Amino acid sequence: MSTTDAGRSTSLDRWKESYEKAGERDAAFETVSSVPVSPLVTPADVAGTDADTDIGLPGQFPYTRGPYPTMYRTRLWTMRQFAGFGTATDTNQRYKFLLEKGQDGLSVAFDLPTLMGYDSDHPRSMGEVGRCGVAISSLKDMETLFDGIKLSDVTTSMTINSPAAIVWAMYLVTAQKQGCSLDQLGGTTQNDILKEYIAQKEYIFPPEPSMRLVVDTMEFAANHVPRWHAISVSGYHIREAGSTAVQELAFTLADGFAYVEAALERGMDIDSFAPRLSFFFNSHIDFFEEIAKFRAARRIYARRMRDKYGAKNPRSMHCRFHTQTAGCSLTAQQPLNNIVRTGWQALAGVLGGTQSLHTNSMDETLALPTEQAVKVALRTQQLIAHESGVANTIDPLAGSYFVEDLTNKMEAGANEIFDRIDEMGGVIAGIDKAWFQREIGKAAYKYQRELEAGRQIIVGVNKYVETDEADHELEILKIGSEVEAGQNAAVAKLRAERSAAKVEAALERIRTDANASVNMMPAFMEGAEAYCTLGEMVDVLREAFGTYRETAVF
Amino acid sequence: MDQPIRVLIAKPGLDGHDRGAKVVAAALRDAGMEVIYGGLHQTPEVIVEMAVQEDADAVGLSVLSGAHMHLFPRVVELLKEAGAEHVLVTGGGIIAPEDMEELSGLGVGRLFGPGATLKELEEYIREEVGRRRTAARS
Repeated sequence: MSTTDAGRSTSLDRWKESYEKAGERDAAFETVSSVPVSPLVTPADVAGTDADTDIGLPGQFPYTRGPYPTMYRTRLWTMRQFAGFGTATDTNQRYKFLLEKGQDGLSVAFDLPTLMGYDSDHPRSMGEVGRCGVAISSLKDMETLFDGIKLSDVTTSMTINSPAAIVWAMYLVTAQKQGCSLDQLGGTTQNDILKEYIAQKEYIFPPEPSMRLVVDTMEFAANHVPRWHAISVSGYHIREAGSTAVQELAFTLADGFAYVEAALERGMDIDSFAPRLSFFFNSHIDFFEEIAKFRAARRIYARRMRDKYGAKNPRSMHCRFHTQTAGCSLTAQQPLNNIVRTGWQALAGVLGGTQSLHTNSMDETLALPTEQAVKVALRTQQLIAHESGVANTIDPLAGSYFVEDLTNKMEAGANEIFDRIDEMGGVIAGIDKAWFQREIGKAAYKYQRELEAGRQIIVGVNKYVETDEADHELEILKIGSEVEAGQNAAVAKLRAERSAAKVEAALERIRTDANASVNMMPAFMEGAEAYCTLGEMVDVLREAFGTYRETAVF
Repeated sequence: MDQPIRVLIAKPGLDGHDRGAKVVAAALRDAGMEVIYGGLHQTPEVIVEMAVQEDADAVGLSVLSGAHMHLFPRVVELLKEAGAEHVLVTGGGIIAPEDMEELSGLGVGRLFGPGATLKELEEYIREEVGRRRTAARS
């Protein structure tokens, strides 16, 4: 066969001819984000992609192939299952179970009252205590949560945002009381307030004072807890709220750059904090689109951090991220199928070079997961790590015409969105105009319409439906109302037993510091140590900062 | 001709997952209903006040946090107190079938779980509100 250009185009023509002759089956041929997918990608589609400057090598700029030179050949990703329910005692037992089954790191899910800065006995907490996470109202609960788990021996990720600085202070004091020093502690606070306004909607204060608290934690971590990731900039919730893959990518990175700019404004040196920034992405159902998203994230981030923000330390340019499989892709119908969905989503995360991974349990559309379901989810990761062989080589999909082309398209799409955000005046301006919220809402509605029109097929929901589902019913975890009663009694007991004078003094300091331009972390640690409750400390801030209410749009 | 159906969609409690509520609000609007979106983090008291003020035929509540056994009955109870028991209380979220049954016994209408279609709930609201309007007239 001829190897000239003319010869190649002839063979492509011949392929096109046979393709058209055979015809296509009746399907949409789009990614889950409604991006059309070409039947065949050829070298011509990636002719502009440079093997050195665009793809490069792992551990080298622009880090498309991974932040580290050796990736999973040195150390596998961290298997980190998000867990929390009921009381601190209940969750402490679940952590011990997971550690015993081979999990590497802990990940705390808090209940809604804790996320919103209310104590368990607050009237607004009624019916919510311990339901979708663990209830933590004071240092006392935090001490119970990690009882028998030495905090210098594990790394802990905490999904907490609005009151993150206070909850982190409780964690730091717990560790100190266990005899650990702050520089031994590793872990992550999610602490990504911007995506709360955009997608997850667990906000308390307005954006400006919230950003100040975030920068306080970044600064405190840089100076005192050097192994801590103060923020995990999160796309997960943006995606779950209904965004497309490229929106998740662009909105998340834009949030990340907004934190970078806020810290630079405080006068911090970029290389003093950027190495500890981390990210958190969703791994959704469309296998290759997700892998491309992960690879593009690293490249875009490295380029901007170096070229726009002047980072010098290579570690400041690394987009390191945690991945969670997509909860919203799971179905209540035929829930065993969720094991398989989660399996390939996890595989996409691994092929995308994630640093840590949470795999969802099959029963999460029904309730919080049971021990059995969580075990299968963790085993899924262990199967990928030890049986599939995919961790033997680094970034195995590099050079695939299709994957490189998709990666380029992801980068171009994200850059377009960055331009729109800049035109609007930045991320906070976009939040104020409800632009992000509207964009996500539109994408979610479009998806649901397509699903119902049969353009998106979900097995068990709109195809291969089983009318009699009794066989598939799973045993589910139920949280009894005794959890709430028990927590309320415990909080009341704490209030009676602690030193009222110490509590008063600590709250007064929080009040003073909130209105001064000082870092608030020491005041929160003093408050935690005095057993001030979360609600008491947040109330002082509510008074000082005001509260936020969103413009409701749909 | 009948007045268009007025529906209040709201999120009671502390749960911030508003994807479902917003998709439902948009679908009911496109189906010709008058939709009032009450937004997030509302107390049952505020929701009932809005429902009465807006003269809603139905209230759609979305709860994914597990607090449904507290929030749904509270809204039904407060509507009764406000003399607005004709208002249909429906909704959806992560709600176990046995909880749905128990709530139905407490005067809550049909509840929709994951996988329910927009068409199903639109039809249900139309039918149920129609039935209640006819009953009120006779």
